[in-house]
Amino acid sequence: MEIFFQTWPWYVSGFLIGMVMLLLTYLGKNFGMSTNLQSLCSMTGLGKRFEYFDFDWRENRWNYVVVLGAMVGGFVAVHFMSDPSNVAINPKTIAQLSQMGIDAPNGQLMPQALFGEQIWQSPKSILILLGGGILIGFGTRYAGGCTSGHAISGLSNLQLPSLKAVIAFFIGGLIMSHFLLPLFF
Amino acid sequence: MKLLKYFLVGFFFGIVLTKSEAVSWYRIYEMFQFQSFHMYGIIGVAVATGIIGVQIIKRKNIKDIDGFPIEIQEKPKDNARYWLGGISFGLGWALVGSCPGPIFILIGAGFLPVIIVLIGALIGTIIYGALKSKLPH
Repeated sequence: MEIFFQTWPWYVSGFLIGMVMLLLTYLGKNFGMSTNLQSLCSMTGLGKRFEYFDFDWRENRWNYVVVLGAMVGGFVAVHFMSDPSNVAINPKTIAQLSQMGIDAPNGQLMPQALFGEQIWQSPKSILILLGGGILIGFGTRYAGGCTSGHAISGLSNLQLPSLKAVIAFFIGGLIMSHFLLPLFF
Repeated sequence: MKLLKYFLVGFFFGIVLTKSEAVSWYRIYEMFQFQSFHMYGIIGVAVATGIIGVQIIKRKNIKDIDGFPIEIQEKPKDNARYWLGGISFGLGWALVGSCPGPIFILIGAGFLPVIIVLIGALIGTIIYGALKSKLPH
């Protein structure tokens, strides 16, 4: 039973994520989370103004149900399958974060410094989260996929475009993590 | 009832991503700092599993659940969009620590500030939709 509460090892998690992608393929669908962002925008009637949103979002109903299931799964995992031993990251990482004023995990998934309740009173924190979201939304739709669509599905199908996208994800990520993040904190 | 199977796949996906801690800001930071193998292992094994599975599907001509041949979408052979869009996503991913799947999973788990990230992501999507014809692809 212990395994349910501990951090799942990478070889178990990676295999299961690969199986989720294959299962959706077997169900006749494409594994892709960022498509839902496009569908959510289409739902608001933006298709009248921009061609990109002009499609029948009802066709992607199955994908909203996947998202709904994932949300419930996240709730169950955080509330009923957590343990103080979770998120045991490298002590070097913790020391580096504390220099930027970012708290250690202590079993929590998200740092208080970025995702604590106090952020609602901090325009700077709100701008960081909003700005990060804009880069994610714009970037994944421009690139035509995110970690699920390109890194997992695309690479599994040996798609060269996905390899370009994944390399670019890492270029952007390394620039942010090494050069820009320290300027914000 | 037809949709129930998608709910179950999603539910399983949400649990795996949370228990693997791929939804954690800390794990993403640690990955980009090259201070742990954890995330690289997850992505590597997921892709290896996927490559083997896709090859089996193709070679054995496996049909999907409704009996149709499985066609895996090919990505358009563009160039600029993957580099520019990819870098933009990477910057956001390393800043707020979540890609689109985890954004939804974390909101479901009760991390309400992530709603701001989702609002941003929707704004970013609208910006792309509005500028699409003017951007190099």
